[in-house]
Amino acid sequence: MSSRDQIIANVKANKPQALPLPEIPDFGPDPAQTFTRFSDSLAFVGGQLVELPAGQTVADVVRERFPDAQRIAASVPLAGIPLMPVDAQTPKETLEQVDVAVLQGVFGVGENAAIWVPEANMPHRSLPFIAQHLVLVIDRYTIVPNMHEAYRQIDKTSLSYGVFIAGPSKTADIEQSLVVGAHGARSLTVLVR
Amino acid sequence: MNHPQAAEQFNRDIDRTTWHDKALWFVRQKRDRAVYQVPEWEQLRELASQIKNHTLSRLDDYLEEFERNAQQNGIQVHWAANAEEHNRIVLSILQKHNAKRMVKSKSMLTEECHLNPFLEKHGIEVVDTDLGERIIQFSHEPPSHIVMPAIHLKKEEVGRIFHEHLGTPADASDPQFLTETARQHLRQKFVAAEVALSGVNFAIAETGGFVVCTNEGNADLGVTLTPVHIASMGIEKIIPKLEHLGVFTRLLTRSATGQLITAYTSHFHKPRPGQELHVVIVDNGRTEQLGRPDFRNSLKCIRCGACMNTCPVYRRSGGHSYDYTVPGPIGSILSPNTDLKKHSTLPFASTLCGSCSDVCPVKIDIHVQLYKWRQIISKEKVMPAGKRLSMKVLANVLARPSLYARLGRVARKVLSLTPYAISHAGAINPWAIARELPEPPKQSFRDWYAQNAAKEMETPVSPTPVVDPN
Repeated sequence: MSSRDQIIANVKANKPQALPLPEIPDFGPDPAQTFTRFSDSLAFVGGQLVELPAGQTVADVVRERFPDAQRIAASVPLAGIPLMPVDAQTPKETLEQVDVAVLQGVFGVGENAAIWVPEANMPHRSLPFIAQHLVLVIDRYTIVPNMHEAYRQIDKTSLSYGVFIAGPSKTADIEQSLVVGAHGARSLTVLVR
Repeated sequence: MNHPQAAEQFNRDIDRTTWHDKALWFVRQKRDRAVYQVPEWEQLRELASQIKNHTLSRLDDYLEEFERNAQQNGIQVHWAANAEEHNRIVLSILQKHNAKRMVKSKSMLTEECHLNPFLEKHGIEVVDTDLGERIIQFSHEPPSHIVMPAIHLKKEEVGRIFHEHLGTPADASDPQFLTETARQHLRQKFVAAEVALSGVNFAIAETGGFVVCTNEGNADLGVTLTPVHIASMGIEKIIPKLEHLGVFTRLLTRSATGQLITAYTSHFHKPRPGQELHVVIVDNGRTEQLGRPDFRNSLKCIRCGACMNTCPVYRRSGGHSYDYTVPGPIGSILSPNTDLKKHSTLPFASTLCGSCSDVCPVKIDIHVQLYKWRQIISKEKVMPAGKRLSMKVLANVLARPSLYARLGRVARKVLSLTPYAISHAGAINPWAIARELPEPPKQSFRDWYAQNAAKEMETPVSPTPVVDPN
């Protein structure tokens, strides 16, 4: 018998009697507070919130925040900024040079500031992690209160790769001291339109 | 060395024990702050517990559903009955690609299977990329905690390890500086790697994909750059539906470190164009545990480590004293399943205070299982001879009230005549090594009660005087 069949047979023989699967109730808090919760959560996870000022573009904010950035890769149009061409075939040695990645998030989550970024929104899968700094752009109306609602927003049929990003890369592995910028992005800017 | 011996060694350095205790209690307090902000916390725990119970009761169906959907997604699914088969599968994938360099993110399963030494023996360079894991890989130690693998080390010690292996200045111990050094060092490893291996936090039967949670982004960075991604998972990582992640992602990190969610919660369903994605599903004793009604509950564990952070014994004995891949209360109920004799002291490494069960996000009755393992250990006669004999004697005495009374009288007399140096000598009375014996009372409660009950018979209690309402 193959290991697969052996494992399945052992599970069949040893599993308990069938138990019911619970329904998940709606835990929706007051939607009016969702944005406030999002901005509080983002501060807690170490991200920086920028509400796009009237008359300014995403490109203006990126230029202002990263005046010295040489190599910028993006999945959103950034008028006037020369972009590094990145696609699924880009070699890792090139990806490693990215200073700033600007990606469109699909929605944000109020309770923990997580932002959903699916593969369709990243020119290369490693881009959100390998860039030195990350900017995520989201629309204010997309923010949902909690993770239950978040998973309802995800299209199950088109899943290939996707990630919830909440704040910059961090670690507390040395004596519980929080250090931002472990392996991934050293900073996360969330640009809310 | 068994747990009490290892714990004793750990406790010889009192300052260090106190420091360790405080570091973990700090994490427990952070957990509390995060948990109290969620009004439906208890409801979420109950849901998580029920989802896991349900999944275990239909695990064969869900494993097959996961396999089917994963294959449809282009994932290659492998099955391993034990650690050895798991390691062989991983090696064969590496050899197929002629790969010599592998980066690895945190996976307790690969620790359990001792994958690293196996691969190294076959000429593979394995680099652990989680900062804590990289530190202990340099110092050739196993992790002392499942979430914070290097929690037992002070920053000066990490500084010395980095000085030796990464050439940092001898006295450098600033966590910011050390982390930056590791970042530069590991970036080279990420770019050079040919294969990346990750663990699995949750595997979703309905969608045939899996989720990996990290704060550093090391798993993500590793697997998104290499042409091959291998993910190793125990059979118990399955959850039925995508929507169930809503419950588990809310519980996991709040319980683990008091964060709202990990910085990165990565969902893998299909390989990148041109990439191979492998999942290795491992049993290694889990189906056996599933067959033990009293202990199958331990398979619900989502590896948050909250039971360790809260455990007074773990905090004051350190993860290494357990000598098992998963230390602390949860490890003490998992390990006897694998080797009852070797791990026979672990179910006793607890005060049975129940704090572990209280903080467990999936409501595993950890302290009850610890108690049940104790009973099995005593029945199977794997307790130390001295303890077994004394338990037997004690059981005999407690079953005979008159003998108990007589011996009590003798003990009071003997104890009051015995000099302190003898009654508290560790060699004679190990119970008193870190405890004070009580002052022997002049009279036992039994004698006192007999005396007073007799008195009351003589002077009947007068009724309470009624106060004149006027």
